Amino acid sequence: MSATRRIHWMKYASASNFYPLANRLAPIFMGLAVVLAVIGLYIGFFVAPVDYQQGNSYRIMFLHVPAAWMSMFIYLLLAMYAIISLVWRVKMADIMAYSLAPTGAMFTFIALLTGALWGRPTWGTYWIWDARLTSELLLLFLYLGYMGLYSAIPDRQRASRAASFLAIVGIVNVPIIYFSVIWWNTLHQGSSFSVSEGASMTSDMLSALLLMTFACWAYTIAIVLRRAQAVILERKKVALWASQISKNKET
Amino acid sequence: MLWKLFSRDMTLFMHRKQDVVTVLGFFLIAVALFPLGISSDPELLKTIAPGAIWIAALFSTVLALDRLFSEDLDDGTLEQQMLMPVPIALLLLVRLVAHWVITGLPLVLLAPLMGLQFGLAFNEIVILTLSLLIGTPVLVLLGAIGAALTVGLKSSGGLVTLLLLPLYVPLLILGTSAVTSAMNGVDVTAHFSLMGAALLVSLVLSPFAVATALKITLD
Repeated sequence: MSATRRIHWMKYASASNFYPLANRLAPIFMGLAVVLAVIGLYIGFFVAPVDYQQGNSYRIMFLHVPAAWMSMFIYLLLAMYAIISLVWRVKMADIMAYSLAPTGAMFTFIALLTGALWGRPTWGTYWIWDARLTSELLLLFLYLGYMGLYSAIPDRQRASRAASFLAIVGIVNVPIIYFSVIWWNTLHQGSSFSVSEGASMTSDMLSALLLMTFACWAYTIAIVLRRAQAVILERKKVALWASQISKNKET
Repeated sequence: MLWKLFSRDMTLFMHRKQDVVTVLGFFLIAVALFPLGISSDPELLKTIAPGAIWIAALFSTVLALDRLFSEDLDDGTLEQQMLMPVPIALLLLVRLVAHWVITGLPLVLLAPLMGLQFGLAFNEIVILTLSLLIGTPVLVLLGAIGAALTVGLKSSGGLVTLLLLPLYVPLLILGTSAVTSAMNGVDVTAHFSLMGAALLVSLVLSPFAVATALKITLD
């Protein structure tokens, strides 16, 4: 008799296995996110010292920087899931990509908005067309394009494949966007403001920044898992296990 | 065989000239709207000329892309063409070249006229025309990807533009900054090198991308 148990590497690629896991994990991560955010914001707003250059207005960095990092990383994750979905036809990967997109777009928007609010007191303007801001704006368009294409095509399978393809083509665009930061500076000899967040950051600021980053990560995981659960219930309506859960939710 | 494909597209165009004339008319009007809407101050016009003409060319290209696949999809020719024993990428390359000759080349030929309307000097007009000559094929090649993904959609509207914008923006910046640099006496070799590189890369890779996109669209 064989006593070896096979490792089910692809266990959670099945929606019926994924759903209970997500159900258990999401509240944990959401709780973690809240705790980390509270601590991070407390340190950022009350403990970290006043910046000698920017006064108190720099404190929006504690939301702006994590949001910008998340916006970029979530896009890479989305593109990775798109590749898995397109190449190996794993439906769960497509569900994950679809669930990541709104959160990524939200963080991109927050990055742009908080950046504008930060720019007003420090640069004197809400917006400037330098390479970094413009590339963040283009990232927002990439997200919106993905979501827009997905919802514009009525046939779900074609929609998922078309949107995944678009996301992958978008990856090709990301290095172009980031190289343009270099090219643009050599082609347009104009000034490009680079906000110095400082190699000289006090440990308080650094810890607040890291805490907020982890908080954003935990929030992303929680919310994407929840969204994926909702998408699964909607798409697997016909499956017995899914309809049971939906009925329980309704009662 | 390839010549037959090319001449087929040309013949279709001759039968339906009004499609192309519409696109050209749009280009002319869009360019005219800038001085009308902003200001007709000659100094200002010289500053906005490259951007205005390039943006109008961009929108005209997107408008023309609509017609790239839609009719062939409607009457089933597109699916038949996908089944031909010719490599689809090659077929598409011929299609796209023909499409550029029909819709992009007239824009390039009209560009000097637009430049004159904005009061550009001779060498600036030359740079402008050259930048469009290299840039419009890239717009067509990249735009075909967006057109292939959205062909046949009823509610696509401005979706194609949204999809193509991140791909178009670097090219737009390169093209307009080439002309602006010419105005300021700065060397333009770098701009044209990058645009040329974009053209070569998209010539090689875009047909395959469009083929994949069409396969996704047609199942």
